[in-house]
Amino acid sequence: MESIFTFESLAFTLVVKVLAVVAFFFVAPLVVGYMEHKVLGHMQARLGPMEAGIGPIKHGVGQLVADGAKFIQKEDITPAAADKWVFALAPGVALVPVMAVLVVVPFGPGVWVENLDAGIFFALAATGVAVIGILMAGWGSANKYSLMGALRGAAQLIAYELPLFLAAAAVVIQAGTLSLVGIVEAQAEPWFFGIPMWFVVPQIFGFMLFFTASLAELSRPPFDMPIADSEIIFGHMTEYTGLRYALFMLAEYAGMVVLSALTTVLFLGGWYLVPGTTWPYDQLPQWAAALLGFGVTMGKIFALTFVMVWFRATFPRLREDQLQRFSWLFLIPLAILQIVIVGILKVVAS
Amino acid sequence: MTEAIASDTGGTVLPGGPGEAMLVEVRDQGALQTQDMNLNIGPQHPATHGVLRVVIDLDGEQIVRARPVIGYMHRGFEKLAEARDYRQIIALVNRHDWLSAFCNEIGVALAVERMLELEVPERAQWIRVLMCEWNRILNHLMFIGSFGLELGAITPVFFAFREREDIQHLMEAATGGRLHFTYNRVGGLKEDLPLGFLAASEQMVRNVRTRSQEYRDLLQGNEIFLARTRGVGSLPPDVALDYGVSGPTLHATGVPEDARVTEPYAAYDKVEVPVPVKENGDSFDRFMCLLDRMDASLYIIEQVLDNLPAGPVTTKLPKTVKAPEGEIYVRTENPLGQGGYYLVSDGKKTPWRCKMRTPSFNNISMVPYLLEGALLSDMIAILGSVFFVVGDVDR
Repeated sequence: MESIFTFESLAFTLVVKVLAVVAFFFVAPLVVGYMEHKVLGHMQARLGPMEAGIGPIKHGVGQLVADGAKFIQKEDITPAAADKWVFALAPGVALVPVMAVLVVVPFGPGVWVENLDAGIFFALAATGVAVIGILMAGWGSANKYSLMGALRGAAQLIAYELPLFLAAAAVVIQAGTLSLVGIVEAQAEPWFFGIPMWFVVPQIFGFMLFFTASLAELSRPPFDMPIADSEIIFGHMTEYTGLRYALFMLAEYAGMVVLSALTTVLFLGGWYLVPGTTWPYDQLPQWAAALLGFGVTMGKIFALTFVMVWFRATFPRLREDQLQRFSWLFLIPLAILQIVIVGILKVVAS
Repeated sequence: MTEAIASDTGGTVLPGGPGEAMLVEVRDQGALQTQDMNLNIGPQHPATHGVLRVVIDLDGEQIVRARPVIGYMHRGFEKLAEARDYRQIIALVNRHDWLSAFCNEIGVALAVERMLELEVPERAQWIRVLMCEWNRILNHLMFIGSFGLELGAITPVFFAFREREDIQHLMEAATGGRLHFTYNRVGGLKEDLPLGFLAASEQMVRNVRTRSQEYRDLLQGNEIFLARTRGVGSLPPDVALDYGVSGPTLHATGVPEDARVTEPYAAYDKVEVPVPVKENGDSFDRFMCLLDRMDASLYIIEQVLDNLPAGPVTTKLPKTVKAPEGEIYVRTENPLGQGGYYLVSDGKKTPWRCKMRTPSFNNISMVPYLLEGALLSDMIAILGSVFFVVGDVDR
């Protein structure tokens, strides 16, 4: 299937694709951010933002827009001792990889920008680059707290990257393809003696540890040691103000969307509604299928981000060494076990 | 530089000689040499509850040495007390530890009453116990919430403030204050409890009891919370006693010393005071002590509500209160530990000297002991569980 953003003219196609990625990149995090405000609020026996609104709709729906406007007005401070270039570039380095991943994620039948043959490889490689932005911010800020946060972030990378990749490898073994679109389509077929299921069923360990590892990748609670506001002020973001700080926050929320999208694609059947079948997409015109597919994918993504927010309201923060122990003694053996299980099932099923 | 000095003294640096300070101690010969990082935690830092400053030397994430620097909030309450008459001091002493105002003011009221050999009406004494315990719960709720917050659990603090708000409403009805109650008077209380207070109190006891279960569910059974607090910052009882640690921090080490039991004041000799103790003295035990003490306080409140006698709550006093010449020391069990009030009178309207022993000061003094060798992340778990209020440290 071709991407729905493909047109006759190459230049026009390019413009539409870039616009689609950028628009999604700026809107989806706002929705997730708003959800975090409200969900956290209600979980914590309070209301969350209630006043800022768009037109007659209140309940704080305009809160993040107002926040964004505020950030733009703030003074842009660079510490005197900072490494100016590194300091200035860091938010961009943290942001761009997240945007790059969006290029390969399929959001519905035909709703993708590029169907790379090595899609999952590209996506995971790109998310790993974001930590360089954190390191740059930590080093460039000339602040001890920032430096500690950056080093914690780098240490965390070692802990979560391996389980993340191993979990994805198990999916690739089962799907028999590296393409993200291919992985979703593989989930439409009944598997293991005709039982309809998405990859989440045979790969329940993989699903859980991919999700856990992506929390660590995002520095979301309970793995927010690189930020740890009660210990090291705000980690690598301590010295950032205004728009640059907003860019870091945008990277975090866009990261939530992107990693939830990857989890959806790898384990939860992507845009499919019913396990083991392509219904109702095979009976719909292309535009309707694309629309429905997008809706279903976003629904699954928001369900996952809701769980991320839920975790934040529930769990305290782990310690850095505890994460390492958790990763090497629990996540990685579990990931290897998952690969073994999938391997055996694959041989038995065929 | 070191070489130059070394050659002056014939190639060796003598201990105590001029070059000694120049020598850098080389640890773990052959291993990678690392340099310790000197880090200022505070005076403005989210984990220090105000303006405590801790200067720490870090080796990676490990704390080599920690030195608390206090005094950023010194407001000279003790000296101010020398210029206030005995009744005015009550409004003064409830301010240094803003989280346990009532428990602070009762100490001075008791001291002056004992100097004057004044008989305080029975009802006033019972109400003092009631208010003390409500204030204790108010204080403990604050620390339960903030401890979770420092460990990254952001929800308990909102729950704690929900209850705090309700209890503050209750106390406001009786005292007119939300934080600084100033409800004590020399010889009794400002006024009697308002109508309906006892019924509201009873309702509140039930509320807090059911909700204190929520904190237990949220934190006690949480794997991560256990991993962050169990065995972290263990304090042996003998060290705790050496540093003069008291209150929940001491009870967590297994020492049941409580001024309400050993030296009862107000009506504490007429109620049963449970003192929950733990064994290990680590952060987790200190936190659990706090939760258990809340339940104990609720139990005491129930006893007061059942047995509150009728009668007046104030004593008639002359227009100027002049304590007879002499000195007195009064111990009270404040929420954070033992408070001591030492008053010296030379027979005038104002005390000649007022000295307060505040629990936070002693609790913070053993922080270097606990922090040595701990990880930076554990520093938060330790500072959060060695309960202190900076105003109470600096006075």
